[in-house]
Amino acid sequence: MIISIASGKGGTGKTTVATNLALSLGEGVQLLDCDVEEPNAGLFVQPAFEKTETITTPVPEVDEKKCTLCGKCGEICQFKAIVVIGKTVLTFHELCHSCGGCMAVCPEGAISEKGRELGIIEVGHRNGLEFVHGKLRVGEAMSPPLIKKVRSFTDPRKLTIIDAPPGTSCPVIEAMKGADFVLLVTEPTPFGLHDLKLAAGALEILEIPHGLVINKSDLGDEKVKDYARAEGLPILMEIPFDRRIAEAYSRGESIVEVMPEWKGRFVKLYESIKDIVG
Amino acid sequence: MKELVIISGKGGTGKTSLMASFAFLAEGKVLCDADVDAADLHLITSPRVIEHHEFESGHKAVINSEKCTECGLCRELCRWNAISEEFRVDPIECEGCGVCYYFCPAEAIDFPLNNSGEWFISETRFGPMVHARLHIAEENSGKLVTLVRQEAKRLAEKENLDLILTDGPPGVGCPVIASMGGANAVVIVSEPTVSGIHDMERVVELASFFKVPAMVCVNKFDLNLDSSREIEKFAKDKGLDFLGNIPFDNAFTEAMVQGKTIFEYDGRSEVGEAVRQVWKNVIDRI
Repeated sequence: MIISIASGKGGTGKTTVATNLALSLGEGVQLLDCDVEEPNAGLFVQPAFEKTETITTPVPEVDEKKCTLCGKCGEICQFKAIVVIGKTVLTFHELCHSCGGCMAVCPEGAISEKGRELGIIEVGHRNGLEFVHGKLRVGEAMSPPLIKKVRSFTDPRKLTIIDAPPGTSCPVIEAMKGADFVLLVTEPTPFGLHDLKLAAGALEILEIPHGLVINKSDLGDEKVKDYARAEGLPILMEIPFDRRIAEAYSRGESIVEVMPEWKGRFVKLYESIKDIVG
Repeated sequence: MKELVIISGKGGTGKTSLMASFAFLAEGKVLCDADVDAADLHLITSPRVIEHHEFESGHKAVINSEKCTECGLCRELCRWNAISEEFRVDPIECEGCGVCYYFCPAEAIDFPLNNSGEWFISETRFGPMVHARLHIAEENSGKLVTLVRQEAKRLAEKENLDLILTDGPPGVGCPVIASMGGANAVVIVSEPTVSGIHDMERVVELASFFKVPAMVCVNKFDLNLDSSREIEKFAKDKGLDFLGNIPFDNAFTEAMVQGKTIFEYDGRSEVGEAVRQVWKNVIDRI
């Protein structure tokens, strides 16, 4: 089963829920941190890393001896990543989406592909928990292909927990699609509710069942609960604001380490997701 | 004219609340919400929309089943697995590269422009505002960010205003890169947590990569005093301007619930004073 943890708004507690759920279940579980722009789950899980892999995406390289400057490559490219100007062909690798169109269209076979570095993937373990995260190279714009790579570590024999990035655009979709269930972590504030509605809208399009965790549930107002009731979204857990939790978080400690009584609650959270997914 | 972009790396550090507070304090400015895929600033500024525009960007492939001979070339060429065995294009998977459209021997593929969002020019009690909404599950948020920033600049020139305050997105990827290029400075709102520090360091690196001067402040500094000192030291070691500390105060949340800035909620709070000091430091430096 794949459970993706998402939110719309950033900083609502996605990583907190993902890491505590993973640490509470432990054996037979893998945690994939797909927030590759700002991967934080590893700071809380503190796995021993065994493997690092550099991930690249293919970009065109032109053999100028073969190129006749016909300009077909620039014509097909939708991303302005390759263009013929005067007597040269210029490539802009940072704009390239790796579609392979220029290589397919070149009548002279003058274009081949080389790799542009997207970032790295690290794989590790903490006891029985498998941990994988991607780190986008600072300065690199495109996160979805790296997220895809992190997700390729999905082991169907295990329970896969995904820590998704914030927002509702392509990187988030990449981290949610194909999941059996998405847990939306929100906070009972106008910003939390507004972005929750966007994330829930994305899940309607993707047709993935979803439920809520309300973090800092005793702050703010009642409107998130009213919305959940009206939409028939199950509220699967509430985490009240507790300065001890906030301070433990600030030091990189998990809730279940500081307050072991929470472990049973996270196990119960998983049980209720299992019941919904069936 | 100066443009200041508020970013954080990590989400939820208080970017938008702080941005709204700056909107209250700053004089003669245009507000710009560049967090287009989860825009929240309007929930405090209550904009009255004056101009509404569609945002069309990129194309998506559509297969005309009447012309399609099911030869399979498109499926072979598509690197996104966006075309099903029944020869239908999944619009979420489609990258808009046009390779299938270009090569289809039966000319059975259309490649229409995609309406992927909308953007607005509005009036608020703090001055004019440019903001946008990317449709759910759409791409090209970087292009929409670039567009709202250009429009904010155009508006500032037209209205003869000297400052643009831009609310940036979280992360370090495409939309963030689009939000900071060419800005006069970024204000990084950090928080004293292991993840706040980790993400702040990455976004500082990003700003330096694009040669945009960065200033740093710490929100909720009293949650972990050691980490707050660490952030201040990091900023100073990197030669960045350190703007100050803001205490944790639930008043930010209460103000947000009422759709107010911290100053409209409570004009004389301790946290309000800290924000005033941070803003004063920003102004002194630009």
